[in-house]
Amino acid sequence: MDGKVMDPANNDTVVLDDMLIVSLSPHIKSDESVKRTMLDVIIALVPAMIGSVYFFGFDAIRLLLVTVIAALIFEFGIQKLFKKPVRIMDLSAVVTGILLALNLPAGTPWWVAVFGAAFAIIIVKEFFGGIGQNFMNPALGARAALVASWPGIMTAYTNPDGISAATPLGILKAGEGSLPAIQRMVFGDIGGVIGETSAILLLIGGLYLIIRNVIDWKIPVIYIATTAVVLTLLGVESSNLMFHILGGGLILGAFFMATDYASSPVTPKGRIIFAVGCGLLTALIRVKGGLPEGVSYAILIMNVATPLIEKLTRPKVFGEVK
Amino acid sequence: MNQGKLTFKGGVHVPEYKELAESKSIEVAESPQFAYIPLHQHIGAPCDPVVNVGDRVTIGQKIGESGAFVSGTVHASIAGTVKEIKMMYTPTGGKAKCIVIENDGTDEMHESIKGKSLDDLSPQEIIGLVKESGITGMGGASFPAHVKFSIPEDKKIDTIILNGAECEPYLTGDHRLMLEEPEAIVFGLKAIKKALGVEKAYIGIENNKMDAVEAVQKAISPEDGIEVAVLQTKYPQGAEKSIIYAITGRSVGTGALPLEVGVVVSNVATSKAIADAIQHGKPVYERVVTVTGRGIVEPKNLMVRIGTPFSELIRQSGGFKGKPGKVISGGPMMGIAQFTLDVPVIKGSGGILVLPEEEVKEEPVLPCIKCGKCLDVCPSRLQPLFISAYALKNDVEKADSYSAMACVECGACSFICPAKRPLSESIRNIKKEIIAKRKKS
Repeated sequence: MDGKVMDPANNDTVVLDDMLIVSLSPHIKSDESVKRTMLDVIIALVPAMIGSVYFFGFDAIRLLLVTVIAALIFEFGIQKLFKKPVRIMDLSAVVTGILLALNLPAGTPWWVAVFGAAFAIIIVKEFFGGIGQNFMNPALGARAALVASWPGIMTAYTNPDGISAATPLGILKAGEGSLPAIQRMVFGDIGGVIGETSAILLLIGGLYLIIRNVIDWKIPVIYIATTAVVLTLLGVESSNLMFHILGGGLILGAFFMATDYASSPVTPKGRIIFAVGCGLLTALIRVKGGLPEGVSYAILIMNVATPLIEKLTRPKVFGEVK
Repeated sequence: MNQGKLTFKGGVHVPEYKELAESKSIEVAESPQFAYIPLHQHIGAPCDPVVNVGDRVTIGQKIGESGAFVSGTVHASIAGTVKEIKMMYTPTGGKAKCIVIENDGTDEMHESIKGKSLDDLSPQEIIGLVKESGITGMGGASFPAHVKFSIPEDKKIDTIILNGAECEPYLTGDHRLMLEEPEAIVFGLKAIKKALGVEKAYIGIENNKMDAVEAVQKAISPEDGIEVAVLQTKYPQGAEKSIIYAITGRSVGTGALPLEVGVVVSNVATSKAIADAIQHGKPVYERVVTVTGRGIVEPKNLMVRIGTPFSELIRQSGGFKGKPGKVISGGPMMGIAQFTLDVPVIKGSGGILVLPEEEVKEEPVLPCIKCGKCLDVCPSRLQPLFISAYALKNDVEKADSYSAMACVECGACSFICPAKRPLSESIRNIKKEIIAKRKKS
């Protein structure tokens, strides 16, 4: 008992007492990491990014590059300025940059995109404490700020052929113009922001996130289902329902924005309430509001309600009787 | 028989690493030159020595006992001379008074060691024998078994569960015991049934040990009233509340005991110890210890005398492979990292796990991203991220209001956390603060 043990390699004894590492259990950790999670989101967005480049060409590449690089630079700068550890390698700023770009019309000038990245990273994310602390989805917050600041630019939707065109929901709202064929909406050959047009590519990414257990399937599924139900209740004709589901960023929002960890509830019941709330607000804004589009504001409003929802939906502890 | 679908809600799949030792038959370890037997190896009052320095003792001789009801008698594990009675570190991290015995090499058994027939024993006598034999929960908690079996008058027990889940990665001692001594395990369970007057009993085994399921199944006769419950392999399936829910569907609340829902749970190794006590008159002076991990040259399942130093068992397993990073008493999820090898095996020591240095990564703790994975895995359905956040701010009241006390300290949340946050560790600490605060007021 003198702290010695046989070292079989050189047939000698070694004293170990100062070598052993001591810490509390558990002593093994999973392979999960923040970076891997963010990488999964980026992978899931790859089909939509390819689609945006296919449909909108160089404009899409330009916007994606500008927002991602700007987001990284702003995050690096603000973390240096605040003397916080620089964490741009966790890739969360890349996710924000991509989501922001996908929420911009193809013709958005570069400086508007840069302003959006600054707003998302500095105001929405870092001012409130950085990753995990943002009270609303940074990309959506930035989009809202941009729409408020440059409404003309932010609603200058173009068709993939570059000709300015109203979105399907804009056509529905105005009640004039001709709606595109449903097949075109599925594949993405329609007007809108660069990332929302192709339902199928977004769904592939969404499915990937569900399979990888990155997002809870309940949020997008309940969100989209609630939107459809409430739209029907509000008198939207069933023939137009598909345009509502495939258009206006509902799929992008439901799978990639409403599932943002920090700004959506962590509680199982809370997630359901959150998704129902998003669907309800989206439908209300689209039918009763002045805007053709409702996804952004619906999610943002529910983001703000998230802490309250979490407080009210605390899971029942195992074995607890009410 | 069920098909291994029985389970609880929550939990996490952890890598098993059982292949290192699961095929190794239980080997009798060399009896040590010196045995260091702590007088406090259990939950409850420490024992007082009943031998003096200079006395000669034989195997199985009582060397420590306590007048308190909640305590566990200790016995000599080797024959020889009592050299010293001194304070020493034990694998639980604290110090305890230990009786140091020098081996005289005779392996002489104490004259009290004689088998009995279960048919001749009354329920009270069985419980008395369990107490005399120093049997404490061998799954790790080390709660005195006679206390567990002494059911208050107003409580009715209808089900006994033997826990053979062994959900901790790496550990294979219970698995081997079920393969090699299934009759003894079943015998012990019959004794528990008789002691408690209970008809229905289950042996819960995870479905990664189907050979053990088969072996135990063979050892059961139809009239025994015993059923093998095949459990899904998931951590922490072997946690008391998890296994009760998986098998009976009953939920044990925070701070409540299994007997509140009519269940008593014992470990398969404890059952084996009860069989040994009745059939052979053997008190607990040895147990199976899995010495394993990639930091060990030859992983083994050893039958070890209580009081054998860890260093001795590591030597008998071929020594360290490479540079050791951590030496853990128990499994990787709930075991205790040791700072020295000069600690003895105690009744609750199921394993010695050596993780090589390269497997002990110090990963930076990142901010919580609120992914909610800790909620998904928590068997108590807590919100570890919030409790931990309050715990790190030392906000005792808030942590308490988020039901911190319901935490079973399984470590699943810390395991899954992508930000590598010390969730379970911080919650464990704040629980101590909460208990301290409650005591004060």
